[in-house]
Amino acid sequence: MFPRPIQQQSPARQATYQALLPLALVVWLLPLIAVFIFSIKPDADFVSGNFWGIPSSFEMFNNYGKVFFESNMPRYLFNSLLITVPTVIGAVALSAMAGFALGIYRFKGNLLIFFMFIAGNFVPFQILMVPVRDLTIGLGLYDTITGLVLFHVAFQTGFCTLFMRNFIRALPFPLIEAARVEGISEIRIFWYVVLPLMKPALAALAVLIFTFIWNDYFWAVVLTQGPDAQPVTAGITEFNSQFRAAYHLMSAGSIVAALPPVAMFFLMQKHFIAGLTLGAVK
Amino acid sequence: MSSATTNGARAERGWYKRNEIAITPWLFLAPAMLFFAVYVIIPIGQSFWISFHQWDGLGEATWVGTANYERLLGIGEQNMDRKFEVSFWNNLKWLVLYLLAIPMGLFISLFLNQTVTGIRLYKSLFFFPFVISQVVVGLVFSWFYLPNNGLFDQIVGLVGIDIKGGMLGNPNTATYGIIAAGLWPQTAYCMILYLTGLNAVDPEQVEAARLDGAKGRKMLWYVILPQLKPATFIAFVVTIIGALRSFDLISVMTNGGPFGSTRVLSFFMFEESLSEFGFRMGYGAAIAVVLFFIMLFFIVYFLWSMYQDEKGGR
Repeated sequence: MFPRPIQQQSPARQATYQALLPLALVVWLLPLIAVFIFSIKPDADFVSGNFWGIPSSFEMFNNYGKVFFESNMPRYLFNSLLITVPTVIGAVALSAMAGFALGIYRFKGNLLIFFMFIAGNFVPFQILMVPVRDLTIGLGLYDTITGLVLFHVAFQTGFCTLFMRNFIRALPFPLIEAARVEGISEIRIFWYVVLPLMKPALAALAVLIFTFIWNDYFWAVVLTQGPDAQPVTAGITEFNSQFRAAYHLMSAGSIVAALPPVAMFFLMQKHFIAGLTLGAVK
Repeated sequence: MSSATTNGARAERGWYKRNEIAITPWLFLAPAMLFFAVYVIIPIGQSFWISFHQWDGLGEATWVGTANYERLLGIGEQNMDRKFEVSFWNNLKWLVLYLLAIPMGLFISLFLNQTVTGIRLYKSLFFFPFVISQVVVGLVFSWFYLPNNGLFDQIVGLVGIDIKGGMLGNPNTATYGIIAAGLWPQTAYCMILYLTGLNAVDPEQVEAARLDGAKGRKMLWYVILPQLKPATFIAFVVTIIGALRSFDLISVMTNGGPFGSTRVLSFFMFEESLSEFGFRMGYGAAIAVVLFFIMLFFIVYFLWSMYQDEKGGR
């Protein structure tokens, strides 16, 4: 193990390490802690210039209550959910199939198609912006949830296919050969042999895509406007202009907007990290 | 009659059965390829096409040849578009400074790679800025940077530094303030990559090197880092892509200001094609094409490295 385990070092060093850990964490999360303190303060504190001191009263329920009952926030959160969940299902389904095709079969153009998916996934969003916006308007899907979902599914398929294909490639190939010898059709091999083995990959991708899509801002701004279809990342701007300079409400709103992916991460941590670090170890 | 149809069906099934292994991959690929072609591959071509036109996004597009590029890059009798110049240099700053996330992530991962009680929770809490959306990170940091009342201003005030207009209000510091905000989640990402990598470092090699007297920096450089190469590669890829994609933070924190000093190409493109400045889609597309070529340089390199790996495989 590197660095040398702290247990093998002098007691003084161990004590320093134990003290340093929480200190480093507080410094690292300082901006977030500050915002959380903002969000439980009363309005009066900001007027009197008490930005970073102890709150003069505890207004957590009041502030968060306002976010939920006196703004469009619940609507935006619901939109985000309606955009994120179908995208996750769509992208995972499409890429599981594509990954199966690219991971199992040898055919001309296999590597070329695979690299096309990877390359497309790295492309700057801006080169897609004008045509995709035009296409979405043409389909009558501008400012709809469907319009956003369709694009997200297509774009995320690139990354997901890379992931799935590499995962399937690492599965024991003799398993598939054995199934073929038994005379099982290729479609059934996918459904009954490969798919059950892919559960960890499916879970990892689902959590990752959930976070990516929930946090998307660019496409929300390009393809939607207004509370009918906008997700929370775009809605927070409108929320902030509603509560101009009301830092206690803006910060409470931001925390609410950030919470779902954070909850997802803490609940599914193992899968999340497995997904992010795929390929970091050979 | 009925026997004829069954025969036909059997023949068909027979044809499919005979070619099953050749056809199945294409069946499985079709939906993904269709989606990807319609929304990603074809639009890239369309953007190239639009970049040779003058177009407001609604009416007829007029062919203008390379006029958009000439105006952008200042070919002929005109100067390079100043906004483009600023954006380009800012993109370079982003690229170079964003790479700091890699050594910083490595440093934190070395700090956290211990087995003391509660370390798992520490690791998650260190990682968690990455999970928050960039919009919220941007908001959080813009409050952190508030002039006079911001925590940052108060801390640097203690050592006697006073930034006129605040970190984000001053054209000389604004870009660096935004990059610092971006480095926060990016460092967390690199950290988690290295933590995973460190977990897989071969303990026997480490022990052997220790017996040979290697320790500290030398050990890190000659024994550990070579084993972390795959993690470093991924950290490079995601950091470079992240740097060139920077848009959310700029849009939220400064909206390109003050005096346009924080624009980058991705933001400049958006501004030209979809904002109060009007709908100059052709010009915007030309900017996007330039950005695409900058990115392509890296994409080709990444694909080349992956191809080298692939050749070794099955």
